[in-house]
Amino acid sequence: MAARVLACAPCHGAEGEGTGDAYFPRLAGKPAGYLYNQLIAFRDGRRKYPPMNYLLEFQTDDYLKKIAEYFASLRPAFPPPVPPVDSKEILARGEAIVKNGDPQHGVPPCSACHGPTLGGMEPGIPGLLGLRAAYISGQLGGWRYGTRTAFAPDCMQIVASLLTEDDVKAVAAYLSSRPAPADPSFAARGSLPMPLECGSEPH
Amino acid sequence: MSRTSTGLLVGLILVLSPITALAQPKAADPAVIAKGEYLARAGDCIACHTAREGKTFAGGLPMKTPFGTLYTSNITPDSQTGIGTWTSDQFYQMMHSGRFPDGGLVYPAMPFASYTQVTREDSDAIYAYLRTVPPVKQLNKPHDLTFPFNNRSLILGWRTLFFREGEFKPDPTKSAEWNRGNYLVEGLGHCGMCHTPINALGGSKQSQAFEGGLIPMQNWYAPSLTSNKETGLGDWTIEEIVDYLRKGVSAKGAVYGPMAEVVYNSLQYLNDDDVRAMAVYLKGLAQGGPPEKASTALPSAESSLLLSFGKSIYDRDCASCHGATGQGMPPDYPPLAGNQSIQMVSAVNPIRMVLNGGYPPGTSGNPMPYGMPPFAQKLSDDEVAAVVTYIRTAWGNRGEPVSARQANELRAATLN
Ligand code: HEC
Ligand code: HEC
Ligand code: HEC
Ligand code: HEC
Ligand code: HEC
Repeated sequence: MAARVLACAPCHGAEGEGTGDAYFPRLAGKPAGYLYNQLIAFRDGRRKYPPMNYLLEFQTDDYLKKIAEYFASLRPAFPPPVPPVDSKEILARGEAIVKNGDPQHGVPPCSACHGPTLGGMEPGIPGLLGLRAAYISGQLGGWRYGTRTAFAPDCMQIVASLLTEDDVKAVAAYLSSRPAPADPSFAARGSLPMPLECGSEPH
Repeated sequence: MSRTSTGLLVGLILVLSPITALAQPKAADPAVIAKGEYLARAGDCIACHTAREGKTFAGGLPMKTPFGTLYTSNITPDSQTGIGTWTSDQFYQMMHSGRFPDGGLVYPAMPFASYTQVTREDSDAIYAYLRTVPPVKQLNKPHDLTFPFNNRSLILGWRTLFFREGEFKPDPTKSAEWNRGNYLVEGLGHCGMCHTPINALGGSKQSQAFEGGLIPMQNWYAPSLTSNKETGLGDWTIEEIVDYLRKGVSAKGAVYGPMAEVVYNSLQYLNDDDVRAMAVYLKGLAQGGPPEKASTALPSAESSLLLSFGKSIYDRDCASCHGATGQGMPPDYPPLAGNQSIQMVSAVNPIRMVLNGGYPPGTSGNPMPYGMPPFAQKLSDDEVAAVVTYIRTAWGNRGEPVSARQANELRAATLN
């Protein structure tokens, strides 16, 4: 399998560990169901990044599933978390949204779906640790501007559009400052009562 | 057989059509429907008439052209927005003559110039099949064309230049297999839409305007299938052509770019006999003969410098898959030595491959293809030009050197 996906290595690393470029995400150890949903979304053009849309355009569901399972099974080391450059206030604001949401503006806590340890939930919700700030704010921006969409109902689209620019910055700063666990720990399928319905996370 | 000689047969065929026209198929005959489904695959209707993530055959796919955007039609049997009220006669008139039921002219983006060869019986089978697909209520999007191309009467001029109406007529001096291949390649397969030199190499400006959007011409070059110099299918065995068309990979090369779509949506579904027949026909087109000499006299001082620079990049970034002497590891990694598709006059294909990488399509014969990484970020324009020059001229290849400017221009080429 490693040889079949060498085409992905320049951007995602030989073991899906990510590269120096903050915008190129790690793939290793993410839930297979989540990775599979992303590959389908790129193939069908629902999630846009032209070089990837192009590579995956004529691949079958079966093969994309095998690719997803392959990267989900890898465990390369995480890079050390970047020391936070943002102020304490910003980090505290980020932590509050992640753990408690912003009830005044209807923002649910991120942990309600991504898990109390932010390790994600099987089969379709990814962990939020080990990602870099630029990538997190890029993805939340993608949902707000429509270049990233997930299966309907697209709960992340709702969540992202409830956040202000400052909220996005704070959440990204906080999440990227937390160390990632060496081994991913997904919450079991259906174990969290989600505040919104998500098409990518059928129960 | 060339397009002109088939055109001469029109008169003969007209004599036959009234007889078959009376024999309307019963829409419910499952054998006819299954045959129609197969033929619709051979015609690759789905590629144009289904939008990304859209409902099958409901149309709405944008087709970009230099003069605006065409949107494909809903061909499901919905009676208000699709073709549910069409008779099989009207359907045949569309396929055969490129006219709507009211006589209006169809844009040649719908490949009726090829489909005109489809027999009445096969047209009726496709019609019967299309009546069984789920109807979708979806209005056709109006085309978004600039003046004067939004005036359908311009199509008349195109028709006099390029359209020869006429059903396929077998050549009795050739084998049944060759004739079947001829029918599929020139007719339903509409291979000429991308592969005829008229489209690829010019002809009148107007014709290019109509057809330029069909092949993303600025971005990909479809080799002429008739010229030995460009395709070199003369060196291919029938088996290799069959593998290429049906699996998407072969000992001689892999499919990429727009050809990957054709294999993915259409050719992989055809049975072995039909693909073999196409191969036999294609092989007949490519007359053997000595390969032409490269037109540049290598090595001049500069081009030999470029070559040694290119070789160092090749050894570092490409040889692990394509082999130290370009032999590849077929079928997974195509050979580059002797690979005609990278030596053509136009160098866009190898430049784009290096910039964007690629995967052959996933097919039943090759469900888990190996891929090539994109090098757009890793290599500068000079490096891309050097390595492409190297693979076009090393190991006896006969291509011409390319410049950094050519490489740079293709960085902006849109993907998909
Ligand atoms: C040219 C660089 C490049 C190449 C090559 C590439 N990717 Fe990506 N990939 C990206 C970028 C950039 C993103 C993030 C896109 C976005 O912003 O949505 C991404 C996102 C992804 C994601 C979603 C990750 C997540 O956490 O949401 C998956 C899965 C993925 N790529 C798999 C692959 C596979 C499999 C291949 C090889 C077949 C591949 N990629 C090749 C650049 C690349
Ligand atoms: C209602 C459940 C739910 C809530 C609440 C939620 N998420 Fe998500 N999140 C998801 C799902 C489902 C996905 C996967 C979507 C997909 O398939 O593309 C996701 C994906 C993401 C991703 C993409 C990760 C990657 O690797 O590309 C980010 C970033 C993210 N969420 C951040 C957040 C943040 C920040 C919050 C809190 C402000 C939040 N989420 C709240 C369900 C939720
Ligand atoms: C290369 C793209 C392409 C392919 C392949 C293609 N079509 Fe079309 N088709 C078009 C376009 C574009 C139009 C709209 C033409 C116009 O408006 O003048 C169209 C129009 C039609 C219409 C007219 C419907 C209406 O109400 O406007 C029918 C019927 C049709 N196609 C049937 C087919 C069938 C059957 C096949 C396969 C055997 C097929 N097409 C393959 C591009 C294509
Ligand atoms: C949408 C445009 C398009 C259509 C339609 C199309 N082709 Fe191609 N074809 C290409 C392009 C572009 C290439 C060059 C890329 C490659 O070699 O894979 C190519 C390459 C080829 C080659 C390899 C030539 C060589 O020397 O390597 C063969 C053989 C071929 N096509 C046969 C066919 C046949 C048969 C059909 C009809 C069933 C067809 N093509 C329809 C665009 C097209
Ligand atoms: C990881 C293996 C790998 C590496 C490294 C690689 N390629 Fe490829 N290459 C492939 C595969 C697989 C294909 C078939 C891709 C397709 O059909 O879309 C291919 C196709 C090609 C083609 C088109 C030929 C054909 O018939 O399909 C060219 C040209 C090419 N590569 C040039 C290069 C050059 C130049 C380099 C170095 C800069 C390179 N490749 C590096 C695997 C590789």
